[in-house]
Amino acid sequence: MTRLMFALLSISSAHAATLPVAATDVSQSWDSLYWFLVWVSAFFFVGIVIAMIIFVVKYRKEVNKKSTYIHGHTGLEIIWTIIPSILLFTMFGWGWVVYKEMIHAPADATEIHVIGKQWMWQFVYKNGTSSIGDLYVPLNKPVKMVMSSEDVIHSFFIPNFRVKQDVVPGMYTYVWFEAKTPGIHQIFCTEYCGTSHSGMLGRVIVLKDDQWKDFQQGKKIDVNSLPADPTFPGFRANMLGEGLPTANAAGSTGGQISLAEKGKALTAAKGCVACHTADGVKLVGPSYKGIYGSDVKLADGSTVKIDENYIRESIENPTAKVVEGFPPSMPPYKGLVNEEEIMAITEYIKSLK
Amino acid sequence: MSSSQGVVTSAERHHAHHFESGLAEFEACKQAMWIFLVTEVLFFSGMFVLYAVLRVFYPQMMHDAHHLLDWKMGALNTVILICSSLTMALAVSAAQKGEKDNIVKYIWLTFFFSCGFLIVKFFEYSHKIHEGILPGAMWHFEELKAAKAPLFFSVYFVMTGIHGLHVIIGMGVMLWLIKRAKRNEFGPEYFTPVEMTGLYWHFVDLVWIYLFPLLYLVS
Amino acid sequence: MSTAPATAHGDNYINHSKGIMSWLGTLDHKRIGMMYLFTVMIFFLIGGIFALGIRLELFSPGMQYMTPDNYNRFFTYHGAIMVFMVIIPLIPAAMGNFILPMQLGAKDVAFPRWNLVSYYVYLSGALLAASTLFLKGVDTGWTFYTPYSIRSNSSATFVLLGAFIMGFSSILTGLNFIVTIHKLRAPGLTWGRLPLFVWALYATSIIQVLATPVLAITLLLLVLERTLGIGVFDPKLGGDPVLFQHFFWFYSHPAVYIMVLPGMGVISELVPVFSRKPIFGYKAIAGATFGIALVSFIVWGHHLFVSGQSEFANFVFSLITMFVAIPTGVKVFSWLGTMYKGSLRMTVPMLYVFGFLFVFTIGGLTGVFLAVVSIDVHLTDTYFVIAHFHYVMVGGTILAFLGGLHYWFPKFTGKMYQDGPAKLGCWLVMIGFNATFFPQFIVGTLGMPRRYADYLPQFTTLNRASTVGSWILAVGLFLTMINLWRSMKNGKPAGDNPWGALTLEWQTTSPPPFENFNYEPVVTEGPYEYTGEKAKG
Repeated sequence: MTRLMFALLSISSAHAATLPVAATDVSQSWDSLYWFLVWVSAFFFVGIVIAMIIFVVKYRKEVNKKSTYIHGHTGLEIIWTIIPSILLFTMFGWGWVVYKEMIHAPADATEIHVIGKQWMWQFVYKNGTSSIGDLYVPLNKPVKMVMSSEDVIHSFFIPNFRVKQDVVPGMYTYVWFEAKTPGIHQIFCTEYCGTSHSGMLGRVIVLKDDQWKDFQQGKKIDVNSLPADPTFPGFRANMLGEGLPTANAAGSTGGQISLAEKGKALTAAKGCVACHTADGVKLVGPSYKGIYGSDVKLADGSTVKIDENYIRESIENPTAKVVEGFPPSMPPYKGLVNEEEIMAITEYIKSLK
Repeated sequence: MSSSQGVVTSAERHHAHHFESGLAEFEACKQAMWIFLVTEVLFFSGMFVLYAVLRVFYPQMMHDAHHLLDWKMGALNTVILICSSLTMALAVSAAQKGEKDNIVKYIWLTFFFSCGFLIVKFFEYSHKIHEGILPGAMWHFEELKAAKAPLFFSVYFVMTGIHGLHVIIGMGVMLWLIKRAKRNEFGPEYFTPVEMTGLYWHFVDLVWIYLFPLLYLVS
Repeated sequence: MSTAPATAHGDNYINHSKGIMSWLGTLDHKRIGMMYLFTVMIFFLIGGIFALGIRLELFSPGMQYMTPDNYNRFFTYHGAIMVFMVIIPLIPAAMGNFILPMQLGAKDVAFPRWNLVSYYVYLSGALLAASTLFLKGVDTGWTFYTPYSIRSNSSATFVLLGAFIMGFSSILTGLNFIVTIHKLRAPGLTWGRLPLFVWALYATSIIQVLATPVLAITLLLLVLERTLGIGVFDPKLGGDPVLFQHFFWFYSHPAVYIMVLPGMGVISELVPVFSRKPIFGYKAIAGATFGIALVSFIVWGHHLFVSGQSEFANFVFSLITMFVAIPTGVKVFSWLGTMYKGSLRMTVPMLYVFGFLFVFTIGGLTGVFLAVVSIDVHLTDTYFVIAHFHYVMVGGTILAFLGGLHYWFPKFTGKMYQDGPAKLGCWLVMIGFNATFFPQFIVGTLGMPRRYADYLPQFTTLNRASTVGSWILAVGLFLTMINLWRSMKNGKPAGDNPWGALTLEWQTTSPPPFENFNYEPVVTEGPYEYTGEKAKG
């Protein structure tokens, strides 16, 4: 029934242009209600505008030289109080039914933990693995996110799933969804949290059964072979401005990529680009451009040469040697990047002369 | 109290040009003061809500923390303030009758009672500071381990502190009233400032009468 | 509405006394109103410059003109200046101060000295907050959510104290207006004959008096958090950051009705005058005004639908919020009912009325979307919300203000504005406003979050359209203001009552004399009795 209403309501609307794709059943329920509100609102708005136009045409003083003395009309006033009231309560009631669907997770939902921190999303799975920025979930199975923040209030938002909830320090909040569209879906942080609020992006990676099993066994998933976010086809980035190598939906990237290119992709995937640029611009952290091999002054006054060891230490334990003029606000990545990845990132930084 | 008794409404009584009479001006001032006191109630109610939230969610902590307060000092302050309200009411009555010496005497008494209130608070606060019983981040009192006990004292210091500030402001206004009373400015035809100050002072007293049991006697 | 005015003999409130000190130390409500008007307009300009900066940066994805930190400061200052320094005092202080006593037939407000004090309190608070532009700046957003606002290394404390001080100005104005309306009405001016602008200011003043003290304690507690670490909102010290949101919105929701009710009051004045017809449903409009004011105090939780608050709270707040749409709709229909079979004069103020109805309807209807909690889940914290509140605040309050400014311009200055530039300005404002904010509904529904210094490339076209719209809006506003300024200096004399309006402020000279009326006004009928000759267009 909901699907039929959704289909009917969206036939004549430009929904493809103005709503994200409905990637879950809840999204479709939401969309039906939304279009009902749009149509009712459009009806009243158009009615009011038409009334104004008619009044200007018929009653401007050149046409209607004298007004008619009317103080009010009780019957009319009652009607235009009662009918909107009925409509409003219908909207509330329907809205409440949809809301319950949105917030009551099925009992068998897979739980995944979310830690929001300035300025990245960390996801921790039941099997102990952890990922940053990329949330891996199974297709057609309910998932419940158990969320908290390490620092300030963030908000976890997946437009395609119509899912949003603040992520608050000191308490747990929840969202749930059952993804029906495989591939990538954009995640945004949507509660202002400081400098890189707009860089705190993520991706939901919805995996079919076989790939989900692979993921659970710790195998690497080639994200680039998956369908892109259907709302924003062709766009595959997960952090500030840095896109991953694009692939068509069917194939892989074709050919090997260099360690430096891999490192570049990792700085996007791991959230480094939220604070470090490749082009010399200073953000929260220093730019990577031209730093490898140079001497820098640290906050404690000493000088150090930027080499592989410095880079490794600054990734795993960043507050040990902070460059002068920058805040000690980078969170530690120990355990979140492996050897191969540190190597790739180092090569990339080396390549930025 | 029927304070409009004895107010002369004739044009001899000087009043601002936009009011039709001295009585109209007096009534307007009273209305304004009541509205102002309503804003004060809402201002304090924010703090009472804070108290209520802590009380509802952490009743045990609130109970344990409140033992660090000395209820006898709180009770003494309550008695002091009630006496000061009495002397203030006597001052208003004297102003209505134009008894200059009594006005001055009763306002001075109210002032001295207020000093007493502040002195008791001084002893309370300095004891707390000495022990490290301070709000939030400044807490360093080892003997009470309840995790959120510093929050009780955040509420305690903010509420009694803002209340104390209102006492001090009232005392300043009293000094101004004494100066004006000595210049013979108050009588049956005009005692508005004394009456308004009286209303304010009763409000300050009333706030304390709510604060005292909630903070000192909660169980 | 009453007896005819005595002939003007050249003495008015402007030339009554000369010199800058006679203005700065004035007790005349008309001069105080004018001082507020000029000051608020200066802050409107500054807040607008921050808005243009925001839209300029958002023309393209990536950071072109400023760092993310500076962008965050831009939207914080834009919001804080526009809310606290412009829209809250705008119609009550910069317009109501002048017009309210006159519509009551009074010589001044109840407490002229407190009126002057309210102006200086406002100015001090505003300057204190603005001084932070030269210190560390603020980047917390005008909503100061904790714990970010506790930790933020910025001059937030001074902005909080500045807003705290400005709150007292709002309280003093509200208090003054309530007592004035109670005590200084002319003979015959019963409650049922009050102009609807007075009803609107009355309801607004009640909100100001009841809600602002809660903001005061909230801001004070946050200052104590930042300076002393009292911990009540800080999870690291055992406090609750969502509690801050409850405290903050308990004021800030009624505050939006402080912003919009006076605007609706202006519209209620303009429609009967320019339709030459009594207002349709006077009692319903007055009642709706109070209904909105009362209900506004119990819906604050709709700002917290995704904050983690309980399902029960969401149910209650959503349900009650739906109620607010009913009196609002009643007003819109009543204004339209007033125009029906009227004899409409398409003056500049009337153009603004039509603009208001167009824009405010969209703003109000999109508010209904947000009131439905399930819909709000997707739309909150996105550009949809930004579009909604700009539609009601700018479309609502600012358009109504501009309509009222043109309407009362002859009363304030004795001169008439130049019609051509005023109409052009109105059209540019309408086109520019819709071009700026309508795309934001769409980009928000697509998922673009608010307070984003940078955005995904997919959102570029809609952002560009919005930015170009902001330029058109800016040109329209500049043209309007410059036209009014020049007309103030060189405009033709307007006559005492160029609109043939019936409310008391028009039954005296333009500009009015120092004591407002050279006779004792007596009221014998309602304020919109356009009958017989007066009903002609």
